[in-house]
Parts: sequence; C-alpha cells; structure tokens
Amino acid sequence: MTEPTDTGKRLVATSRRRFLRQGGALVGGAVVAGGLAGSKASAAENAENLPPNVPQWMKTPGDPMGSQPYGTPSTFEKDVVKNIPKNLKQYLSAAGRTPLQDLDGIITPNGLFYERHHGGVPTIDPAQHRLMLHGLVDRPLIFTMDDIRRFPSESHIYFLECSGNPEYKKPYGKTASDLVGLVSCAEWTGVSLKLVLQEVGVQPGAKWIVAEGADAAAMTRSIPIEKCLDDAMLVYSQNGERLRPQQGYPLRLLVPGFEGNMNVKWLRRLHVTAEPAYSREETSKYTDPMPNGTAREFTFYMEAKSIITRPSGGQRLTAPGFHEISGIAWSGHGKVRRVDISVDDGKSWQEAQLQEPVLTRALTRFRLPWHWDGKPAVIQSRAVDETGYVQPTLAELLAVRGDNYVYHNNAIWPWRIAGDGEVTNANA
Amino acid sequence: MPTRRLELAAFAVALLCATPAEAQSPYGIGRVATPGEIAGWNIDIGRDGSNLPPGSGSVSHGSEVYDQQCAACHGAKGEGGIGDRLVGGQGTLATPKPVRTVGSYWPYAPTLFDYIRRAMPQNAPQSLSNDDVYAVSAYILNLNGLLPADATLDAKTLATIKMPNRDMFVVDLRPDVKNPACRTGC
Repeated sequence: MTEPTDTGKRLVATSRRRFLRQGGALVGGAVVAGGLAGSKASAAENAENLPPNVPQWMKTPGDPMGSQPYGTPSTFEKDVVKNIPKNLKQYLSAAGRTPLQDLDGIITPNGLFYERHHGGVPTIDPAQHRLMLHGLVDRPLIFTMDDIRRFPSESHIYFLECSGNPEYKKPYGKTASDLVGLVSCAEWTGVSLKLVLQEVGVQPGAKWIVAEGADAAAMTRSIPIEKCLDDAMLVYSQNGERLRPQQGYPLRLLVPGFEGNMNVKWLRRLHVTAEPAYSREETSKYTDPMPNGTAREFTFYMEAKSIITRPSGGQRLTAPGFHEISGIAWSGHGKVRRVDISVDDGKSWQEAQLQEPVLTRALTRFRLPWHWDGKPAVIQSRAVDETGYVQPTLAELLAVRGDNYVYHNNAIWPWRIAGDGEVTNANA
Repeated sequence: MPTRRLELAAFAVALLCATPAEAQSPYGIGRVATPGEIAGWNIDIGRDGSNLPPGSGSVSHGSEVYDQQCAACHGAKGEGGIGDRLVGGQGTLATPKPVRTVGSYWPYAPTLFDYIRRAMPQNAPQSLSNDDVYAVSAYILNLNGLLPADATLDAKTLATIKMPNRDMFVVDLRPDVKNPACRTGC
C-alpha cells in the first residue's frame, strides 16, 4: 500500500462523508428486490431515489478522477471477497476460495482468484528474482525477469483448480464456493516453456522437469517432459496485469488441465531429470488413497466437472416464475462438449446453452431458461467433455474410490430448492 | 489433436537430433549458470538418495533437535497437532480409518531429508544444518520403528532404508467411473 498524498487523503475523506450521508438515507424501508436473494449487494430501497423522483446521485457531482488510482469494486459489493475458512489450525499452509456464486462469465477477477500456498505468500523483488534451468540440458542457464519477458509471448485463457475441491467426506459445503470454490479462470500471458527449453537444449534421457518455487516451502513438483513440450507456460501476467503475489509474482509455471499444485508459483528453478523427484508433495500429499490400501500417484488431470452457481446454496428464489439457471463447466482434457441439466432430481436431463467462447481447458458458462412452479425441486448439472467423458455422481465416485480418497472429486452436485425458495446443498 | 501431436513429435526429434551448429540458443537470452550456482540452489534429493549432502546425525541428537524445532507443531512424540501426525498408522491404510504418516505412508526415506531441509521448521525453513536434518530424520524414523535408537544416519544409510509402504503406489487408473448419461426415466 502506498501512502496517500494530501490530495488523495482529501478525496478519500470527501467520498467517505458522501458515502456516510447516502448510507444514512438508505436506513429504513428495506425491501427485498428482484427474483434472487442472497446476492450480497445491498437491496435496501429508498423511495426518494425511485421514479418519478430524480436519484440523489444525479444532483451532486460524483468522485473526481484520481480518487482511486487502482480501482476497487463498488462499496455495495464489499462482501464479495475470497471465502477464507474460519478456525483453521494455521494459515501459512491454507486455501482461500473464489465466491463462484457471486460471479458472472468465465474470467475470475484477480482479487478473487482462489489461492493455496504451503508456506505463506512471499514478497519477491522481481529485480532479485532468478529462474535457473539445469540438469539434463546442454547449457544450464539463469534468467532474470527482464530476460523472460524478452522471449516471444503468448496469452491463453485457462482454468486452474486445486485437486482437493472438495474432499469426499462430510460435512459438505453450504455454498458453491464452499464446495468447489478452489477453481478459477484467467487469461495468462507468458512464454511457452518449450521455447525456453530450446534455449537450454534438452538432452536425450530427459523425462521429467522438477519445478521449485521460491517460497518458504520451496514447493516442488515433477512435470512430465511431454507436458513441458506441449502447452506448458512460464507466466508473468494474469488478466492483463502482472501476477498477484498470491498467484506467484513475479513468475509461475502453468500446466493447463493439471491439478493446481503442479502450477508452481514463485518459480525459481526447473531441474530437467530422468525421473520424478518423488517430493513430499507428490508422495505424502497429492496421491489418492484407495480402499484396498494402495494409492494412485502422479494423478495429474482434472476431469470434467460443472456446478450450477445460480441459483445455488445460500441463495433464495423470492417468487415462482422465470429464473435462469447458470453455472460453469470445465475439463482438464479439453473443451466442454455439452452440459446437461436436471430440474427434477435427476429423473430427466436437458441440454444447456453454452456461452461462447468454449475454450480448451477454460471455464465454460452454461445457461438454461427455467420456469419455477414454486414447488420443491432438486436441480443439478452434468458436464460432458470432448473425449466423451461424463461427469459422475458422488455415489459413482464413492463406490470406486471410497471416502478416504482425498483429491480429484469431480462429482455432480445437486441443489435443493424448498417451497419457500431457499436453496441448500442436496447432498448435505 | 493429431496435428498437434505430430508437430510435437517433430519438434522433439529436432530438439534431440540438433547438430552442434543448431544447438546454439535460438534467442541468445540468459546467461550460463556456474556449477557453484547450481550446487547452491539444487537441493533436490532423489528417491535413491542421490544428491544427499555430506554429514550425519544420531537418533539421540535428533530427539533434541525435534524437541526444540518440531514438537510444538507435530506433538511431543510425533502424534500431530498444528502440523501433520508423523508417527504410527502402519497396517491401517486398508481400513476405514487409515492413518497416513511418515512411517505408514511415505514411500522413500530420502524424501524426509529433502522435505525437512527445504521446508521445515515452518517458521524458519532452510535454517537447520545438514547434520541436524540427518539427526531429526533419524529420530522420526526411530519413532516409527524403522531405525534403532542407537543408529546414526548419513547419505549412505538413509538411502538403504526401505519404507514399509514403498510398493503400494500405483499408476493413475482414471477414468475409473462411467456415468451412463441417462436422459429420461432415470
């Protein structure tokens, strides 16, 4: 945070007074408006600002240019923030979720992108950051951030999802964010990893690249060389601006469609090797225990998944009638081919409309016009990806994996709508 | 995506079969990393113990290091707390209540050295000497019944320890479920 200038302070003070004045006028006469309550914006009404009257904010100038050198959302959206669990044992290795139910479209704003770190968020001066490539290479090289930005750049929209999103055991979350808020999507800009690998010259026998972060966990994951030579990127910007510290500033690895943990943040080292590191994060963690005592290792792909975000848990339909059902779908294996929606507790399914663009390994927005008759209902979505893979039910997953499986839960998640319009988790 | 695969294969062949002239850096960006720079940063330990540094530590010294550096989060005897449980659980992985610890779950002992050195203690990672990391690794293995109380651990001995769960890891078998995608009368 930079210290505000005197002018800046005056502007802030002025707008705060104005806000307090307007806020005071809003007290009283609160009426719930619209068809869906539970969106977090204030819904209080004041007749003085409604037709035929001219609203107050047209009768006085607004905030002058410069009152927000870096823009922030409307004060009425102040509750749309990351969903950070309360009462964790510690917060250095922890996760914060995207408020999926409050967002539209497919791009997650940078301030609301989910975060997961294993040793806190480091503060890294990009001038002092280095990326080292070594191991089975012709020329081990060190790059500055200026060096990285000299390479030809490219931009792509990809989702990122933490592999533990959610776990298989109860209690299941109340809201879409509680359940699967460890997924987000952004436009990423950086350099194709294969260009950087050409620069060092990969030697025969190279099968893996071990990526290490410059955080207090020195987080380490092994990536198959095929992925590194395919669509993997070294990323320095997200949604047009430099990466946020929580997302790996100044440099992160991006391996589209692979579990979030492999997209190593604060990237400082790429070790080209013949075999994986078998690091703690790919043995003790991020392996999938089966009921028979075995555990699956190197389970990289995030399989097809979807969730209805509106209406969803914690919201309320205020009246019968027209309601659009909307949500997000994605697959680590490519494009979403189809999303089916059931509004009768899974008895029948109909195809949702997919909003263009439908991109490979990106979130896809889907919609279905729906007329709610005011009776209790269970609604749910089912994604099908371009490989033909169909998003499974929780029961189908549990039958194979048991509930001690930790990661890669891509189950269909149904929402129950009560007669009074209250939306809750139907599996809870 | 066959085209993409072909391009990829062609690229890989070009990369591996480059003549010396073509092997020069295409963009000429970056500078060469010296062996000393690489050695300073490369703290990756292989599952076979490769790249383990010189030094050694005893179970008894490890007990002292553990009490000072680890017990506050992992419990007096590795039973867990703010940090993960480290001890016990052998024989539980195929039961409804599996207990996954270093002793019951971790496949390779050298990973213990790798992880402690790079990430522990959480409030001061990379602060322990190599001797202390060997010692505390020895103590945790001892608490799990995998090393005698009078043992001392070094690069050679750490690499020879066979972890009980080593052979229980299998490949990714997904897709492992098939939703029939029923449309009507489900």
